[in-house]
Amino acid sequence: MSDGLTLDELLLGHAAGTLPEALDLVVRTHLALSPEGRRRYAIYRALGGALLETIEPVPLRADAWERLERALDRADDRRVEAPRATAAERRDIRVPEPLRPYAPEGFERLPWRNLGPAMEFELPIATPGYRARLIRLKGGKGIPRHTHRGHEITVVIEGSFRDVQGVHRRGDLVIADATVDHSPVADEDCLCLAVTDAPLKLTGPFGRLLNPILRI
Amino acid sequence: MTGRMAGERGESSEEEAGERARIRDLALVASARDREAFRRLFDYYGPRVKAYLRRLGVDDEAAEDLTQEVFVSIWRRAAQFDATKASVSTWIFTIARNKRIDALRRDRPATAETEELEFEVDPAPRSDAVAELNQMSVRVMRAVETLPEEQKKLLKIFYFEEKPHSAIAAELGLPLGTVKSRLRLALAKLRAMLGEDRE
Repeated sequence: MSDGLTLDELLLGHAAGTLPEALDLVVRTHLALSPEGRRRYAIYRALGGALLETIEPVPLRADAWERLERALDRADDRRVEAPRATAAERRDIRVPEPLRPYAPEGFERLPWRNLGPAMEFELPIATPGYRARLIRLKGGKGIPRHTHRGHEITVVIEGSFRDVQGVHRRGDLVIADATVDHSPVADEDCLCLAVTDAPLKLTGPFGRLLNPILRI
Repeated sequence: MTGRMAGERGESSEEEAGERARIRDLALVASARDREAFRRLFDYYGPRVKAYLRRLGVDDEAAEDLTQEVFVSIWRRAAQFDATKASVSTWIFTIARNKRIDALRRDRPATAETEELEFEVDPAPRSDAVAELNQMSVRVMRAVETLPEEQKKLLKIFYFEEKPHSAIAAELGLPLGTVKSRLRLALAKLRAMLGEDRE
């Protein structure tokens, strides 16, 4: 496991602001939904500030303060508007904040693609090498057994699902890699955000034959 | 070793005094639009924010511009700062981090406007939990100081250099597994010092 991706690496990467956008989204969604995640994250957040205190300062240009004062004058002239509720906030409070730009009208209104047991919607995120998808599973339905060529990081948004690693509920972040061969099954209607950095690899008897065709 | 004793909170360490002064300055900015207080914050954090951006590979001119943007944000949003939820340095670090991300993704929805979310701390399980969180940054700062040089250096690389872990390992001339286990060790030590013994 020493080279595998861990939750702590993801939290640190998010705190540092160095994660690829798709991974960052999955971490932000986890933090938005999971109190336990936020507790665990607190140290990483504080570490960023603590390290900023210890950094060797780099002098600013001589006129930096004068320039800033002019910018403050301009900022003060502009009236600060109270933030207005977005369409999503008025219509569908179930969409976690980090996902609202992608589902402004709510999850129901997305152009879901029917994959048989599941429905999926691929988020338009231009992170080379990554795919970010919303996946819906009806209670009792499952995803065909598969393993992973890279990592699959999943956050449960609604409902729950189970696999070899246990039962995963709202807010849980689950990391699966080549060492995990699973066939996730929804306990109740389930909506997840899943980010992959390589195609999945079907491992069931029929799935193996489908690999070259499906490209999931 | 810095213990976690009951009396610790009453002690007035240098870090705590500095932090209290900066909280006061930020409050003056929020309530009285006090430019002198703001200038003190700028003099202290400006060169640090620029150093942070430079280390992440932002060129000098862009780092100078982004530092300006960071401080305009601080000026506008000073009233949103809540000392029970984050230290001043953590709040400023987060704003700087988000400004940089937004600069990289000009065409994406802004992250800078949504960072409050990160500071929504859950209802306190105990009555003193807020005071406790309030102390988190000072304690983390102290704990970082007690780490061996190589672990401190490693944390800084992870926070201030945007590189794949494999590149960090190559740079340090260490196998990736060693770098990851050293990072884990440093984090475990911090957690232990902060009294989080979950792992």
